[in-house]
Amino acid sequence: MILTVQKVNKWFGEEPARTYALREVSFGLDFGEMLYIVGPSGSGKTTLLSVISGILRPNSGSVTVEGKDIWTLDTDALADFRLHGVGFVFQDYHLFPRLTTVENVAVPLILRRVPWEEGLQKSRKILEIVGLSGKGELPPQKLSGGEQQRVAIARAIVAEPDLLIFDEPTASLDGDTGKKILAFVKNNILNERRAIVVVTHDDRIYEYASRIIHMEDGRITDHTGAGQ
Amino acid sequence: MSGLLRLALKLLLSDRGKFVTLVIGITFSVFLMMLMTSMFFGIIEHSAANIINVGAKMWVMDPDVQTPQNSIPMPDYVLDAVRSIPGVEYAMPLYIGAGLVHLDNGTYQAATVVGLDDATLFGRPTLIEGNILDIYRNDAFIVVKDPSYAKLGSPKVGTTFEINDHRGIIAGIGRVSVGSLFGLPTLYTTYTRATQDLPSTRYLTSFILVQPKTDKDIPVIEAQTKKIGYLALTDKEFIARNDSFYEFQTALGTNILIMTLISFVVGLSIAGETFYMFVLDNLERFGALKAIGAKSSELVQMILFQSLVVGFLGFGFGVLLSSALVAFGKLRIPNYAAVITYQNLFMALVMVLIISVISAYIGIRKVIRIDPFDVFRG
Ligand SMILES: Nc1ncnc2c1ncn2[C@@H]1O[C@H](COP(=O)(O)OP(=O)(O)OP(=O)(O)O)[C@@H](O)[C@H]1O
Ligand SMILES: [Mg+2]
Repeated sequence: MILTVQKVNKWFGEEPARTYALREVSFGLDFGEMLYIVGPSGSGKTTLLSVISGILRPNSGSVTVEGKDIWTLDTDALADFRLHGVGFVFQDYHLFPRLTTVENVAVPLILRRVPWEEGLQKSRKILEIVGLSGKGELPPQKLSGGEQQRVAIARAIVAEPDLLIFDEPTASLDGDTGKKILAFVKNNILNERRAIVVVTHDDRIYEYASRIIHMEDGRITDHTGAGQ
Repeated sequence: MSGLLRLALKLLLSDRGKFVTLVIGITFSVFLMMLMTSMFFGIIEHSAANIINVGAKMWVMDPDVQTPQNSIPMPDYVLDAVRSIPGVEYAMPLYIGAGLVHLDNGTYQAATVVGLDDATLFGRPTLIEGNILDIYRNDAFIVVKDPSYAKLGSPKVGTTFEINDHRGIIAGIGRVSVGSLFGLPTLYTTYTRATQDLPSTRYLTSFILVQPKTDKDIPVIEAQTKKIGYLALTDKEFIARNDSFYEFQTALGTNILIMTLISFVVGLSIAGETFYMFVLDNLERFGALKAIGAKSSELVQMILFQSLVVGFLGFGFGVLLSSALVAFGKLRIPNYAAVITYQNLFMALVMVLIISVISAYIGIRKVIRIDPFDVFRG
């Protein structure tokens, strides 16, 4: 088990205007799994991703990643946990426009104090893996949406984290590109030493999921197996 | 350089417009601060020209005297009294006064007249023309070749003139290390002649120059002089007294201080404002770094580094620019007083550091508060 979520509650604001974003959410995730979290807008998907990746502190419950109860860590230790344990693909990528593509990919390595040139070298290799070998020296805004998505994926995996977090990875892609990217992730990025959590609205990519969690109003309402 | 700082530098350079605005803003502010303070230090130094040029170890004067230009004559017995203080190696009278020179072309020109002790000529200028012994000849004066020299019609050895209705003749041309602030030419002669030829009050001695036997005698001489109602100062103390007179008892110091502060505030507002805009523009990027796992302390390092890079660049350009202007001014304007010293370089550096740190602080406050969850939610 890479991840265990137990009875997590998260709310925003004060009563009577309080919003319950997560209610008693519990589930587990195994190595080698690609778990989807789906549900209507406002159902708590992004909130859940943030809570399991050490970005947003829950009001109660526990999140254990590889045996470590992450919400007992202090701020700096949490930052270290994110840096070493989690790879993020943000919904709008958050690439740095004035850095080259390969420098963008190297950012997590730079934060890990890997020497600059060594980081760039490793990042070039990762760019090859995601099929962008010739584009390393371009600024990311010169790339297409699908290519930028792959840069974001390259950045998420460059430091080889065990847990990958994708928020709406296909939201700004056309259907075909979205499917291609998810197929690529499933076939080339997912392996027995890591797990991936994907939040999506996009039912065209459900076929790549190992498991799907349905959320509604902060609760898990359904839990289905692959391809269902 | 650590990768983190290199990243910070790339982010900073990526916004050319703001980067250039920041550097120019600080350059401008350093330039103004340097000009103000160098002018000030220059004026102070030149106003102490007589103290520096005469070069005596100690000066005895009336307690009300603040500057070498405004002496209050002392009666003759003071010289004897000072000479009899134990620890005094020797003491000589010095006359500093003004004389009115009547030039051949009919115009008048005011000049500073320095009368040197007849026996020793202590405090005399270095001669570049003529023989110092000629100062003893009838009506002889030594003229100082400084920027005001031309105002006497650039006299040569042998040129005659009238001073306070007495005949004068140039017996030599001398050079001093610091030019006078007030744009008056300087004539050296003997104490006797100076006190005879120039209209004077009942008392004649402007200053008494004292050479103590050892440095240990200085406090004794100061105490003893005080007992007879006069003030003895070392040359450094006299320069400091002169400085503080110009700094605090004339509008000069205050005005320049105000101008310097304004330059500082202008620099601070341009740099602070622009840097804040820069951080705001990059807030999302700093937030992404935070989400990925950068610690707040690392973001602080990056921002501080960025603001220091800008600060040091601006400092460098500002110093270059102001040095160039001061050098140009000295070339073109006689008596241009500005000097760039380590003191004003250091002052400007401290002000730039303050500007950098304050600008960084404003940005840092913002960046510390970024919630990576907001980055996540988009
Ligand atoms: N910072 C916040 N302050 C107040 N309410 C919040 C905050 N963040 C989220 N919420 C609320 O929590 C609930 C869950 O939000 P969340 O962003 O997790 O939904 P989501 O499932 O990701 O929706 P979408 O599909 O639109 O991205 C929503 O009702 C939202 O308004
Ligand atoms: Mg969401």
